[in-house]
Amino acid sequence: MQRYSGFGLAKHALTHNENWQRMWRNPVPKKKYDVIIVGGGGHGLATAYYLAKECGVTNVAVIEKGWLGGGNTARNTTIVRSNYLWDEAAALYEHSMKLWEGLSLDLNYNVMFSQRGVLNLGHTLQDMRDIQRRVNANRLNGIDGEVLDAQQVKEICPVLDCSPNTRYPVLGASWQPRGGVARHDAVAWGYARGADALGVDLIQQTEVVGMRIEDGQIIGVETTRGFIGAETVGCVAAGNSSVLAKMAGIKLPLESHPLQALVSEPIKPVLDTVVMSNHVHGYCSQSDKGDLVIGAGIDGYNGYGQRGSYPTIEHTLQAIVEMFPTFSRVRMNRQWGGIVDTCPDACPILSATPVKGLFFNCGWGTGGFKATPGSGNVFAWTLAKGVAHPIAAPFSIDRFVSGKLIDEHGAAGVAH
Amino acid sequence: MFHIYCPYCGEHREENEFRPKGQAHIMRPKDPESCSDEEWADYLFFRDNPKGIHHEMWVHATGCRKFFNMTRDTVSYEILEVYKMGEQPKITAASRVVGGEK
Ligand SMILES: Cc1cc2nc3c(=O)[nH]c(=O)nc-3n(C[C@H](O)[C@H](O)[C@H](O)COP(=O)(O)OP(=O)(O)OC[C@H]3O[C@@H](n4cnc5c(N)ncnc54)[C@H](O)[C@@H]3O)c2cc1C
Ligand SMILES: [Zn+2]
Repeated sequence: MQRYSGFGLAKHALTHNENWQRMWRNPVPKKKYDVIIVGGGGHGLATAYYLAKECGVTNVAVIEKGWLGGGNTARNTTIVRSNYLWDEAAALYEHSMKLWEGLSLDLNYNVMFSQRGVLNLGHTLQDMRDIQRRVNANRLNGIDGEVLDAQQVKEICPVLDCSPNTRYPVLGASWQPRGGVARHDAVAWGYARGADALGVDLIQQTEVVGMRIEDGQIIGVETTRGFIGAETVGCVAAGNSSVLAKMAGIKLPLESHPLQALVSEPIKPVLDTVVMSNHVHGYCSQSDKGDLVIGAGIDGYNGYGQRGSYPTIEHTLQAIVEMFPTFSRVRMNRQWGGIVDTCPDACPILSATPVKGLFFNCGWGTGGFKATPGSGNVFAWTLAKGVAHPIAAPFSIDRFVSGKLIDEHGAAGVAH
Repeated sequence: MFHIYCPYCGEHREENEFRPKGQAHIMRPKDPESCSDEEWADYLFFRDNPKGIHHEMWVHATGCRKFFNMTRDTVSYEILEVYKMGEQPKITAASRVVGGEK
C-alpha cells in the first residue's frame, strides 16, 4: 500500500500526480474464503479491516451489491457521539469513540474526524431531567458530558434562538465536547484501502441472493456471480438485513424505514458545532464546504425505496427554522433517503443465529455511523472466535425473547 | 406524497391526514399466559419486513380516526388496495407471483 504523507503529496505534485496507486484491487472472487462479509458499508469494511489487522484472519471477502459505502454510510449526516444512557450502549459507543480518536492515524487516511462538540437541547422540564440523568450516567461511565443552561448554550452556539419567546424555548442542553462529525466516504474508503492492503478481497457489483446451509451450518452464499464458499458469514446489510435473514429462514425484529437528509447551498461559517433537538425534532451541523447538513426522523411506513415523503421534509425544516430563524431563507440544495433498520429497543443486534457460522450485525437504525469503528472491531472479534465479544454480548438477538432489552428509545437525546 | 383512499370516509385524502401503524393481521395471543417466551417475543417484536408486498395498518388520524388495512409495495411504494379491519387482502405476494406480474 502506498502510504500517504505530506512528503508524498509534494513528490506526486512533481510527477504531475500520475503515479498515485489505486486505493484497492478489483479482484475476481475466489471459490472459498474463511470469512465472508455481506455488505460493503462502513461497518462491513471495518469488520474486514479488524479481522485482518487484529484477529489474523486475512482470507476474507466483502461482498457488496453496489459500490463500497453506497448504502447508509454515504447517506448519513455523520454525527458522532457516545453519550448513551445505558451501560451496555455506552460501552459500545464509547469503544467506538476511542477508535475514532486515533482512526486517521491508524488508517493512514484522513477521515476528517472533527470533535466540534454535540449539543442535545432540552425544551421542557422533563427534557432537562432526562438530560441530567443521562449526563450523570455518562460520567459514571467515564464519558465526557456537561449539563448547560440556556445562557451557556447561547455562548457555544450564538446562531441558535435561545430567547424565551419561541414556541419551545431552549432551557438547556447536554454537551459532549468530544462528539462531532467525520467524513463518511472517507471512513468507508479508509477502511477499504486498509483491508485491501492486508489481503481482503473487496468484491463489488455482486449481490448475495441466497444462503447455502447444510445440517444447520452455513457453507457459503449464492451470488449474482455464482456460489462463494465460507463457513463463517457475517451479514452487515443495514436496511436489507431482513431480506438476507429470510434467505437463511430467520426472522429479525427489524423494520426497514426511509430516513431522509438534506443539505443547503453552501454559506459562510455560522455553525461550528452539532445541534440536535429531540423535542422540536431536527438536527443540524455545517460541513467544511459550508452546506448546512440537516436531518430528523424516519418516514413512519416501511420502505426499501431509498427515498421518502415530502411531509417529512417539511416537518424537518419546520424544526430547523424554529431553532435557527436566520436559516429560513437558506435554499436547500439536495435531499435523499437511506433505508434504516430500526430495532424495537433502538439498539443494534450483534449476534449469532440459529444457523451455525451465520452472524448478523444490524439494527443500527438511524444512528450507526458513529459506531462504525467499534462495531467493526467487536464484530471482527466475534466472527474470529465464534463467541460474542464482551462488549457485543448484550446485543444478542436473544434479548427479545429473554426481555433483557437495552431501551435507548428517547433516553439518548435524539435518535441519531 | 401518498394519496390515500380511506375506506370509511370513501374519499382520497393526503398522506398528512394518516399515520402508518405497522404490519397488519397480527393477532394478540388469546391466552398470553400459555405462550412460550418465543411465541410472546414473536408477537411483540418480530415482523415480516418484506421487500415487496406488505400488508399494513394505517389510521386516518386527522379524519375519521379509524384504522384500516393497506396492501402496498415497499419498493415502488405503490398502494395496491385498501380494505377495512377484519377483511382479508385480495393481493398477496403469492397471488402476484402466480399472476406473473411480480
Ligand atoms: C439520512 C440518514 C442520516 C443518518 N444520520 C446519522 C448520524 O448523523 N449519525 C449516525 O451515527 N448515524 C446516522 N445514520 C445511520 C447510519 O448511516 C447507519 O447506521 C450506518 O451507516 C450503517 O452502516 P452499515 O455499514 O451497517 O450499512 P450500509 O452503509 O447501508 O451498508 C450496507 C451495505 O450492504 C449492501 N447490501 C445489502 N444487501 C446486500 C446483498 N444482498 N448482497 C450484497 N450487498 C448487500 C448495501 O448495498 C450496502 O452498501 C443515518 C442514516 C441515514 C439514512
Ligand atoms: Zn377516514
